[in-house]
Amino acid sequence: MPKSNPTDRLYSKDHEWVKDNGDGTAVVGITDYAQEMLTDIVFVELPPLGKKVAQGEPMAVVESVKSVSDVYAPVSGEVIDVNKTLEEMPELLNQDAFGEGWIAKLKLGNAAELKSLLNAADYDDLIKEEKH
Amino acid sequence: MIDFGGWAMPVQYTNVIEEHQTTRTSATLFDICHMGEIEVRGAQALHLLQFSLTRDLAWQKTGQVKLSALINDQGGIIDDLTVYKMAEDFYMLVTNATTRESDFLRIKSILEDKKFDCTLSDVSAKTGKLDLQGPRAEEILQTLTDTNLKSIRFYTFVASKVAGTQAIISRSGYTGEDGFEIYAEAIKIGDIWDKVMAAGTVFGLKPAGLGARDTLRLESGMMLNGQDITEAVSPLEVPYSWLVDWHKDFAGKPALAAIRDRGIQKKLVGFVMTGRGIARHGYKVMNGTREIGLVTSGTFSPTLNKAIGLAFVDVAFSAPDTEITIAIRDSLSPAKVVKLPFYKRQK
Repeated sequence: MPKSNPTDRLYSKDHEWVKDNGDGTAVVGITDYAQEMLTDIVFVELPPLGKKVAQGEPMAVVESVKSVSDVYAPVSGEVIDVNKTLEEMPELLNQDAFGEGWIAKLKLGNAAELKSLLNAADYDDLIKEEKH
Repeated sequence: MIDFGGWAMPVQYTNVIEEHQTTRTSATLFDICHMGEIEVRGAQALHLLQFSLTRDLAWQKTGQVKLSALINDQGGIIDDLTVYKMAEDFYMLVTNATTRESDFLRIKSILEDKKFDCTLSDVSAKTGKLDLQGPRAEEILQTLTDTNLKSIRFYTFVASKVAGTQAIISRSGYTGEDGFEIYAEAIKIGDIWDKVMAAGTVFGLKPAGLGARDTLRLESGMMLNGQDITEAVSPLEVPYSWLVDWHKDFAGKPALAAIRDRGIQKKLVGFVMTGRGIARHGYKVMNGTREIGLVTSGTFSPTLNKAIGLAFVDVAFSAPDTEITIAIRDSLSPAKVVKLPFYKRQK
């Protein structure tokens, strides 16, 4: 069963999540729905520390046995930390996309962008539509 | 579901790695109805096939399956197909889905030109095919047929009933495991599917899709037509030179002989990634800053737990253990040429 989308964070239409730490930084990852669509994640390419990403730009790459997918930056910012564990254990993304499978921590470039994202209820509706 | 040669087919039923591993350890069932079947009947059926295909079929016995290549007048591979000898005057060709029409047209034009005494018919629409693959395939299928399956050796077949329906049982496949390809009337194939699935449950049988079919065939070093093989390459540039019997005459032979005499420039090889990343179809193979080839297939091997692939490389870099690099997005990652197959089952 897919996990429900936590209400403590925001979502992009491209199936990334952002958790605002309230100190000008945020943690980003992909949603449980995204990992379920990708299945069998076997490789994660993380961004280099210090990389500046713009909202909607490719930030990381996740690969399943059958496909390669970009992870888009849900907000602009500078990469200040990455989840190195994913390099050895990419399956964490399948097991715990909202927790242990976080991808990167960003120093927010423009906090106003958070307003352009979806809350959990709106994101629930979006994936319901995609499933039809 | 994806479109594959005009057929809507599942990439996976549950997930690719699980279906892959089930094939290696127990058994899986694949719906392979998309592949083409062409019948050749008549006194000179063998003559037509001898002139159409690169492999010498003179010694093929009834009940044997032979892999062969069909090439064009430039020596390029139209298809790699299997030839089933049903009787002295009756053969069945099993083609790839995407090449079925071009195969048929090519052989038909040879038939019209040479006027052999035989007929050609495309029976793909009324022929269904299921692949039952894996170490437990024999036990599962044995519960549904009176034929002693142990008597069917690799690359041979018998006409027999499966779950009460007339079928052809061939010991062959595209996964590197023991297993069977089962042919029957298309309208009966759904029923056979259900009965095989029901009989296989206690053996751990699961259905498998195109995703696992691709990772299984790649681990076993088998090429995919349309991806690794195209009409732009000859059998000599891929691991198919053994399919060419030079002592006989066949359509396309002069061009192929010219390629042989000139010497090939590129060769399809297997490689494993020694650095990070997974090579994919279309990625460049490099030696320093020089492009020396192109990846045709690449994936993560669930059995070997590393990234593997096939690539065309400049012949100078085709020997096993040669170090190469693959351009993966904006970085270069090291890889090593290896002998095929990547995976071989324990017998």
